[in-house]
Amino acid sequence: MSRPIPMALALLALATIPLFGPPDYVLHLLITATLTAIAGTGWAMMGRFGLVSFGHGAFFGVGAYTMALLWNLYGVTPWVGIPLGIVVAIAAGVTLAWPCFRLRVVGHYFALVTLAAGEIVRILMTALREATGGSLGMTPNRVAAADGLAAMQFGKAGFWWLTLACWALGLLVWWALDRAMASKALAAIAEDEDAAASVGIRVTREKLRVTMLSVGLAALAGALTAQYRMYLSPESVSGLGISLQIVFGAIAGGMYAPLGPTIGAVLTIGLDESLRVFFGTELTGAAPFFYGILLVLFMLFLPRGIAGLLEKRG
Amino acid sequence: MDPFLLEALLNGVLLGGVFALPALGLNLVFGVVDVVWLCYAELVMIGMYAVWFLYTQAGWPLALACAACLPLVAGLGLALHWLVVRPLLNAPPINQVLATGGVLFVLQGAATLVFKTDFRSLGVDMPPMELGDVFISGTKLIAFCAALVGAACLWAFLKFTYVGTAIRAIARDREVMPLMGVDPRRIYLIASGVGGTLAGLAACLLVVQLDVHPFVGLSFGPITFMICVMGGLGNMLGGFIAAFLMGLIISVGGFVGSTEMSYVIAFGFFILVMFIRPQGLFAR
Repeated sequence: MSRPIPMALALLALATIPLFGPPDYVLHLLITATLTAIAGTGWAMMGRFGLVSFGHGAFFGVGAYTMALLWNLYGVTPWVGIPLGIVVAIAAGVTLAWPCFRLRVVGHYFALVTLAAGEIVRILMTALREATGGSLGMTPNRVAAADGLAAMQFGKAGFWWLTLACWALGLLVWWALDRAMASKALAAIAEDEDAAASVGIRVTREKLRVTMLSVGLAALAGALTAQYRMYLSPESVSGLGISLQIVFGAIAGGMYAPLGPTIGAVLTIGLDESLRVFFGTELTGAAPFFYGILLVLFMLFLPRGIAGLLEKRG
Repeated sequence: MDPFLLEALLNGVLLGGVFALPALGLNLVFGVVDVVWLCYAELVMIGMYAVWFLYTQAGWPLALACAACLPLVAGLGLALHWLVVRPLLNAPPINQVLATGGVLFVLQGAATLVFKTDFRSLGVDMPPMELGDVFISGTKLIAFCAALVGAACLWAFLKFTYVGTAIRAIARDREVMPLMGVDPRRIYLIASGVGGTLAGLAACLLVVQLDVHPFVGLSFGPITFMICVMGGLGNMLGGFIAAFLMGLIISVGGFVGSTEMSYVIAFGFFILVMFIRPQGLFAR
C-alpha cells in the first residue's frame, strides 16, 4: 500500500477482466472470493489489535437483512439500503462494543461476548419469521431487466466492478488507518491498556472507532453477498459458522498485512471449489475437515498466516 | 402454583443438570491448562455418535456402549492436548482458541464424512413420570441423576486423591507448583483426560435426549461456554450453579415466551453478566 501507483494499476488490470469475456464460472469465483475478502479485511482490522470477534457473522447478516427487508417491504433500492444496513450494523456494533470497552471486557471474554451477541442476532432473524421468512430465508424481489441498474440487479460483470470498488475501499480504509496515529494508539492498547491510557490515549474511543470501521465493512460484505446471491437465510449470512469462516480466511492469509485477508479469501474459496470439483457433493464434510486441519497447522507453524511468509524478518 | 410453571421450573433444573457436566469438564481444562477448548461440544458430539453406532449398528447393550464411549472421548481429549494444545502452551491465548476452533471444524467435517448429515436417534424412550399434577420425562430425570453422580465423583477425585490435590494446586498457582515437585505437563495431560471423560459422560446423557447430527454441538456448545464464563472460568462450583441458572432461564423463558426467545434472554443475560461482573457471578 505504500506504492499507490502500482496498486492503482493492479486494480485497473483486475477491472478489465470482464472485457476479455471470461466464463461466468471464473467471474463467479472472483466475485465470491472478493466478497469474502471484504469481510475478512474488516475483521482483521480489529483482530490484529487483539480485538478478536466471534460475532462478525451478526454484522454481516444485519447488513444483508436490513438491505433486503428495506427493498422487499418498502421498495428502498439497495443503493440506499446497503449504506443504511451499514449504519444499522455500526449502531448494533457500538451498542455491544461500547459497554464492552468501558467495562474492559477483553481477551477471551470479549470473544465470548461477541459470540453470544452473534447467536442472539441469528436467533432473532429466525424468530422474526413474519418479516424474514425464518430459517427458510428470503429472496429479494426481482425487477425487470430494464430497471436492473436502479435495483442493483445486474450481470456478473457489473457485480465484479462493484465488489472490486468496495474491496479497494476496504484496503483504502486500512491504509488510512495505518497512516494515522490511531493505528499506533491501537497497537499500544493491544500491548497494555493501562500503559496506553497513562500516556493519554483514549482507549475506549480508539477501540470504538476501529470497531465501527470493521463492523461497517462486514455489513457491506454481507449486504453485497446477499444481493449477489439474491438469497439470504439466517444460516447462510449469519451465525457462528459464518463468523468462524470470516476469522479463518483472515487468519490463514495473515491478519497483519493489508492484503493478508484477501490472500486468505482466495485460498478458502479456491479450497472450497477444488474440493467440490474433485470430491463432488458426495463428500460434503470434506471442506470443513480440511479447513480445520489447515487452521490448526497455521496456528502451529504459521501463526502470522501466508502473508507472514512474505514479511521481512525483523 | 400453576402446574405448568412448576413443570417449567423442574425442567429447568433437569436441563441445568445436562449443561452442568460439559461445563464442569470445560472449566476443569480451563482452570488447569488455561486453554479454552472451543471444540468441547464437538467432542461430546463424537461421543454421541459412538454410543449411537455401538448401540444401534453394532448391537451392543446400551450400558456397554456408554462404558466404551468414556475411554474413547477421554482418548480424544488426550490426543487434542498432545497434538494441538501442548505445542501452543506458550502461544497467545487467541492462537490457542483458534487452533481448537480448527479442531471443531475437523470433527464436524469428519462426522459429516462418515455419518452424513442425517439426524440419528437412539430410539430409547421411557414413560414420563407423574409427580402430583406434573409430568417429568424419565430419560431427563435419569440423565440429571447421572450428571449429579458424575459431578460428585469429580469432586471426590479432586478433593481426596493425590493427583486431584495436585490438579487443584496447579490451578491455584502454576508458577510455584513445579517448584514443589509437581510436573505440570503430566497434570495438564491428566486434566485433559478427565475433561475428555466428562465430555464422554455428557455424550451418554445427551444421546438419549437429542438426535445426533454433525452440528448438534452448536446447539449446546455456545451455552456451555457462557455457563463457564458466568460461573467464573476455572471456578467449578460457580459453573455448576450457573448451569442450573441458565437451565432455569431457558426453561421458564420458553414457558413465558417462545423457545427461541428464551435463548435470546439467556444470551442477553450472559452479556449483561459480563458487563456487570466480568470475573463471573460467583467469583470470590
